[in-house]
Amino acid sequence: MSNTSEETLGEGQEAQGQRRMILVVALLVMFGALGFVSFGNLGENLVYYWDCSQVVEAGEDAYGATIRLGGVVKEGSLDWDENSNELNFQVTDGKTILDVHATGAPPQMFREGIGVVVEGTMVKATGAGRFESERLMVKHSNEYKAPEEGTDAAELYKTVEGL
Amino acid sequence: MSGGIGISILGRSMVLIALAISVLGAFSGIAGGMKRSDKAWKWARICAYVAAAAMTIAIGLMEYALITNDFSVSYVAKVGSTTTPLWVTIVSLWSSLEGSILLWAFVLNGYIAAFAYFTKGKYVEHSSYALGASLSVAVFFSFLVAGVADPFIAMDPVPTDGPGPNPLLQNHILMVIHPPALYLGYVGMAVPFGMGVASLLAGKIGAAWSVALRRWILLPWGFLTVGIILGGWWSYEVLGWGGYWAWDPVENASFLPWLTATAFIHSALIMERKDGLKGWGIVLLLVTFLLTLLGTFMTRSGVFNSVHSFTQTPIGPVFLAFLGFCSFVSLVLLSTRMDVLGSKQKAVPVVSRDSMFLLNNLLFAAFTFTVLIGTVYPLVHEAMTEKKLSIGEPYFNELGIPLSIAIVFLMGVGPALPWGNIDRQDALKRLTIPVVGGVVAIVLALVFGATGFTPLISFAVCGFALMTTLRELIEPAAVRVERKAESWGKALWTAWSKTRRRTGGYVVHMGVIMVAVAVTGSGAFKDLSEVTLKEGQSVEIQEYQLTYTGKETVTESHRSSEIAKVSVLRSGREIGVLEPKLNNYFRMGSVIGTPAVHNFLDEDLYLNLVNMNEDGSVVGLQVITQPLVLWLWLGGAMMMVGTLISAWPSRKRKRLSSTTQQESA
Repeated sequence: MSNTSEETLGEGQEAQGQRRMILVVALLVMFGALGFVSFGNLGENLVYYWDCSQVVEAGEDAYGATIRLGGVVKEGSLDWDENSNELNFQVTDGKTILDVHATGAPPQMFREGIGVVVEGTMVKATGAGRFESERLMVKHSNEYKAPEEGTDAAELYKTVEGL
Repeated sequence: MSGGIGISILGRSMVLIALAISVLGAFSGIAGGMKRSDKAWKWARICAYVAAAAMTIAIGLMEYALITNDFSVSYVAKVGSTTTPLWVTIVSLWSSLEGSILLWAFVLNGYIAAFAYFTKGKYVEHSSYALGASLSVAVFFSFLVAGVADPFIAMDPVPTDGPGPNPLLQNHILMVIHPPALYLGYVGMAVPFGMGVASLLAGKIGAAWSVALRRWILLPWGFLTVGIILGGWWSYEVLGWGGYWAWDPVENASFLPWLTATAFIHSALIMERKDGLKGWGIVLLLVTFLLTLLGTFMTRSGVFNSVHSFTQTPIGPVFLAFLGFCSFVSLVLLSTRMDVLGSKQKAVPVVSRDSMFLLNNLLFAAFTFTVLIGTVYPLVHEAMTEKKLSIGEPYFNELGIPLSIAIVFLMGVGPALPWGNIDRQDALKRLTIPVVGGVVAIVLALVFGATGFTPLISFAVCGFALMTTLRELIEPAAVRVERKAESWGKALWTAWSKTRRRTGGYVVHMGVIMVAVAVTGSGAFKDLSEVTLKEGQSVEIQEYQLTYTGKETVTESHRSSEIAKVSVLRSGREIGVLEPKLNNYFRMGSVIGTPAVHNFLDEDLYLNLVNMNEDGSVVGLQVITQPLVLWLWLGGAMMMVGTLISAWPSRKRKRLSSTTQQESA
């Protein structure tokens, strides 16, 4: 079944060592290059987990960056236009308020005062800029309790884990 | 409920017995290897059987407690509920941390007992060591079940009811098989790890032992494959985002050991045939196991919620310590013992099947490296800067897609080339049919409306690899037909059953090609739209006509579901009624949707019920169409079939082990 290459049987120990060196160097170069590309690529594809204050703090950096914004839908801010399929609301962390715009029907549980995680980015708009949502996730919790103002964003990420 | 306290005590005793016996077995196994003592080896085997029996009883007790709603047992109080249906109750064993670890320990001890049974009297230089090393891993898991992840704590006072398992887990029958499959794969890597350690301790790997190594990693590999694909399927059928893979840390955790195990399965062939790649192969074995530990640590300790929350679960630090310990032992063993293995492989011609195996291993290593960096980087970053971030899908896709294409391409080249030195003309000739296959695949893809450079290249490479694989499957039979004038049916049967391991390998390759085709089609040509429909209203999306015909409410003991009935026409032909729903879980206070999916051979229609107004007269629907998804699940099944063909013990083996059994009786 196996037909070993007979020609190379006589090769010396030295050549073997040399070949091994070449192989090691080639491997190092390859993985070096791969590491370089990987890390370069990492920087372009980061997703930040920020609350409203952190988004505002980031300033210009928040525009175009992928952000998972965690917060609570502000009471009295919800505006859903059934005809144009447009959803506007505000998210707050208790200190700062951000305008959020989304397209598409809101999820069933979505309502004022509920914890949400919105994935998207900041876009220029009249005034302070607006958070454009690409994905809207509603907090689902193991023990249900009405979320309070100023809910810790880290807690919210946990509740949408796996979504 | 005095019986409950009994179960707590009984369950814990069983776990402690398993722990003590595993310690004993680990020592006897290692001693048996060092002194070559058959007696110590025999004791290690007996310990493996006893520990497995104790764990089996422990897990049986836990299931009994779950089914009888015995809330005096802490784990039942955590995940049980009187309103949960029976099948959910049974599977809730693995719905939470403590139960999962118990299942893990049970599966691990089962594997080790099987290993002890099948290697009895065989591989005398290695088996005892391997038993000892695997039992050492079992010691750790029994320790977890007995300590930090104890599911058998007696509750006082005894609660009257529990919250029930996570609603996401109650949504689909796939949850019954996905986690156990994944565990069978994950945990099964502990035995090859033990065997790898044994190779280093014994200081040699012969051809027979490398065959054994490959055989014992093959089955867990098959389970891991199925577990990963079922996980994707579950995510697709339940989570409602219309995808099956998101490069989520939890998914990566299962994919990383799969990559290194796949690399090993290939390098083991070089080990066996060419007496080469031994040190490298052992590195792969050890790394595979370490990656399963890393994966469990990442998914089960809560580090991915936040690095800072992980210290709240005691299992995190313990796991990290064990991971550190195993890495340290592996490094020490590798650095001191690897030279002893002594690979004897001669110079490899640049273009040959041998060199394709090397390239294959390099690509898998590169893939592992890429995914590992993307998975671990957020953790390191958070630990250092206190800021949470994650790595987006594009990172993984930009590197993973070219690597995958290269791997599938190799699948088309490697088997077409002979071992050792080759004749260039001959090689080119053997590549002609595959190249034609690639061109046909591009033409077909274009006819069906595929566009874009990457998808077309991907389809081409799939067509190329498909022709090579088919030829490798059919050619041996064709030779028989020609030379022995056998009928095709008989020739195929004889050729395939005579070289079962090889045949199984190529069946797996077929499965991989199906998966690659499915991923290319569904990844590149997914289409998503959202519509709002009033009752009786229709909408046209591509060639589909969707009509919302009304709602239905179904109430079960643990949830109530609002079902939207949507009747579907495709190109004017009646398809049926799809029923996406929203489920309200009473005990959780959360609403979770279940999508409705219709599989066609060429694409899937996927409906999500996004929302529904009070009286059900208006619904918001998300409509997703995705080509070729069905082939992903079929490809996965094909891979499992191939693995079983390859790994199934041969009749000769069975007879052998039964005779040894009679001898000992």
